[in-house]
Amino acid sequence: MSPTFVSIAYLVAAVLFILGIKNLTKPRTAVKGNQLSSIAMLIAVVVTLLDQQILGYSWIIVGMLIGGFIGAYLARTVQMTSMPEMVAALNGFGGGASLFVALANVFDPSMADNSVAQLSIGITVLIGSVTLSGSFVAFGKLKELLSGNPIKVPGNTILNGALVVAGLLLILANTMSPGGGWIFLLVVVAIALGLVLVLPIGGADMPVVIALLNSYSGIAAATAGFISGNTVLIISGSLVGASGLILTQIMCKAMNRSLPNVLFGVMAEGG
Amino acid sequence: MDLLLLITIFVVALFLGVELITKVPPTLHTPLMSASNAISGITLVGAILAAGSGAGVLVNILGFLAVILATINVVGGYLVTNRMLAMFKRK
Repeated sequence: MSPTFVSIAYLVAAVLFILGIKNLTKPRTAVKGNQLSSIAMLIAVVVTLLDQQILGYSWIIVGMLIGGFIGAYLARTVQMTSMPEMVAALNGFGGGASLFVALANVFDPSMADNSVAQLSIGITVLIGSVTLSGSFVAFGKLKELLSGNPIKVPGNTILNGALVVAGLLLILANTMSPGGGWIFLLVVVAIALGLVLVLPIGGADMPVVIALLNSYSGIAAATAGFISGNTVLIISGSLVGASGLILTQIMCKAMNRSLPNVLFGVMAEGG
Repeated sequence: MDLLLLITIFVVALFLGVELITKVPPTLHTPLMSASNAISGITLVGAILAAGSGAGVLVNILGFLAVILATINVVGGYLVTNRMLAMFKRK
């Protein structure tokens, strides 16, 4: 299928995603909104499958069958009361997916000399890994596998700051000299960052944290779009990123909390 | 594609995302979160392109893992949102 047709189909998908989100904000149209958004996803996926860049289908088909089966099984068996942790887990998978998309591109020889692609790979790895580990900590807390109480990490503020700085330096190092193993160090640093960000937050605040991590996974999808210049990834990812952040704020307000209060409340209490 | 054009799309979509969400009734908070979580599974597009590319087996295998994770996100996300909204409608 020609690149022009793919781009037009991506545009249609993007419009349907926008209408879908719009409809999801009102009780009367919410069901329709979810349907529009799922049609958009179907269009984007089918058109991508017909893309000329794809040379082999075996990995794709097997992967989609495995993922589809697991996703459908989880969605059908989960208890209604366990929905927040289900969303947390699904969000973790989404972040992990963006992480693996970025890692796959690390090994694509055509990306080696492209500094925009390398920068995008670095940022996607950072945000994707934080989403992955952060979401599963949130899942563990809601599932009571981990204590719902705030778990204090010694020197949390300094540790967070150090990990963020280390992450940014590793992104820079990978962009300047790709293929130096920086990216794998970045995965480790970013996974640790996701853990120390969410561990100190109490179980009662987890819905807000999941909403925030959902926003992150959107941004990770958008930055993954910058690796190879994919418009539908950039548009839908940034839509989720921005709307997720606003939703996070709204949820905070509904709970009479402020976002900094949720994120840093424990540290303030701990003095 | 031109990088500046991609950045333009990115920034405009960010602002659009902010404007889309204005007043949301509290009952819709979780379904909306779940629905937009399903949308972030769009990274499946990138995963498919990696899993099917001719750039080497390692790219394909990492793409394959991304396809599995993204499909769980997409399929699970839409089904779960649907279940939530179905319960919501009954009220």
